[in-house]
Amino acid sequence: MTAREDQLFEGRTGKWEVVIGLEVHAQVVSKSKLFSGAATEFGAEPNTQVSPVDAGFPGMLPVINQVCVEQAIRTGLGLNAQINMVSVFDRKNYFYADLPNGYQISQFTQPIVGKGTILLDLAHDETREVGITRLHLEQDAGKSLHDQHPTLSFIDLNRAGVALMEIVSEPDMRSAEEAGAYLKKLRSILRYLGTCDGNMEEGSMRCDCNVSVRRVGDPLGTRCEIKNVNSIRFVQQAIEYEARRQIEIIEDGGTIRQETRLYDSGRGITRSMRSKEEAHDYRYFPDPDLLPLVLDPVVVARIKASLPELPDPKRQRFVNAFKLSPYDAGVLVAEQAIADYFEQVATGRDPKLAANWVTGALFGALNRLGLGIEESPISAETLGGLLDLILDNTISSNTAKDVFADMVETGKDAATIVEEKGLRQVTDTGAIEAAIDAVIAAQADKVAEYRSGKDKLFGFFVGQVMKATGGKANPVLLNDLLRQKLAP
Amino acid sequence: MSLDKASVARVANLARIKVPADELEAVGAELNTILHWIEQLSEVDTDGVEPMSSAAATTLRVARPDIVADGDRVEDILKNAPAASLGFFTVPKVVE
Repeated sequence: MTAREDQLFEGRTGKWEVVIGLEVHAQVVSKSKLFSGAATEFGAEPNTQVSPVDAGFPGMLPVINQVCVEQAIRTGLGLNAQINMVSVFDRKNYFYADLPNGYQISQFTQPIVGKGTILLDLAHDETREVGITRLHLEQDAGKSLHDQHPTLSFIDLNRAGVALMEIVSEPDMRSAEEAGAYLKKLRSILRYLGTCDGNMEEGSMRCDCNVSVRRVGDPLGTRCEIKNVNSIRFVQQAIEYEARRQIEIIEDGGTIRQETRLYDSGRGITRSMRSKEEAHDYRYFPDPDLLPLVLDPVVVARIKASLPELPDPKRQRFVNAFKLSPYDAGVLVAEQAIADYFEQVATGRDPKLAANWVTGALFGALNRLGLGIEESPISAETLGGLLDLILDNTISSNTAKDVFADMVETGKDAATIVEEKGLRQVTDTGAIEAAIDAVIAAQADKVAEYRSGKDKLFGFFVGQVMKATGGKANPVLLNDLLRQKLAP
Repeated sequence: MSLDKASVARVANLARIKVPADELEAVGAELNTILHWIEQLSEVDTDGVEPMSSAAATTLRVARPDIVADGDRVEDILKNAPAASLGFFTVPKVVE
């Protein structure tokens, strides 16, 4: 896979291609942990959601959580990936204060999910396919707090043992924009599937970025891994910075050392983590406490049959059934709740009009109020009611904007507001003609100017007549009638 | 397979076991005896045999249902901690 010309980085000595692979840690949506019955809820008091298994007490044995396994299968199916009917849990050994066992239970040589694909939605309706290498189940570690005491670190094990899916991509991305598109699409799919809430602020989705640079056509360069980046924007900033840093080093005659780096979002730079030369010697071996995990084909088939319509097919359906542009359809399917809302508004009405109102006025109002679609003050049915009034010519599009603002404000439905405020559009030809005649009589000199060729005055007359009718004249009718009356 | 002194020191460090320099030789000799003993297994022809990590398999039938059945026992969890404060384990400061 090669970068587009405009994605290349311009160095002092020529152009460079950046190569990006992402490892995403996605917290599995489940009530209890991967191998224990302690709760997974975010934000609990320290160490209140810890079982002796999670604390690494002697003699405790892990027992796998059925739902976590099913969620991994579900995610694999949603990524069009191969489901491995036999997988194995391994111990990844390292010492850290928030890892009580001295090892993390993970999957190394035989993950539960193998190769899959994900389709990126890029600008200008372009798409690009990125390979998924694998998805495996593993335990999260506890949390260390370093700022509570001058000489001590505080350890909270609530998160220790919570199930994570590590989703590894192929090094198929060629720009920060593509990395962002990958994360957005992955998050959208995970949310549709209900397997991860995708909340990066609460750490339920975290990203490690593998970045290297090379001349187009060369073999892969040495990569650096930027650990634990916690927002899509930071991922993009970190990649941009890291690519430039590597290019500069190589152009100055240096070489890239494979290492783990951290993104410092305050300063917008990546920096080397304390050099841990032996840290990567994890001495994986199969966990003797856990037997190989053998899946039942009936369970896999049941999960497959229960998958929702995912963003890609839904987008295609919106393009086909509603004649939307791929871009509009992409915006509308990014979140399932928005897609459902739109579909309810669009069905039986003008879909293009529905798309404009949802992505325009509604998104604007929600943004301003800081609300998600689920908390929208205007239900799909109510917005549909407003559109009905536009479509049957009761009100003009312009009046509809005011009515919409009133709806947000008061919570009343469109028909009530139109009735109460007397906004019903005048479609009575006689009434409009009368208003036009009055304006023409009052503005004789302007009429003469217009008739002698000053076409621009037409807008002035429209405004005058509109004013005379209290803004309620049907604009199309008004235009037609005015043109006739003004004709010399 | 035979371990030299440097390898013994590295393995000891990874396992966080303190082995004084003057004991590396002796520990290495002990480990080598064990390794040579296990090495006899390589005399068996295992071509075409799937690696086996266990004699049985877990199926989802023996998995645990997703129910919260533990937790809310901070005192138990911290009881044997060498040091604790405000509901946390405390350890000498570790900073990246």
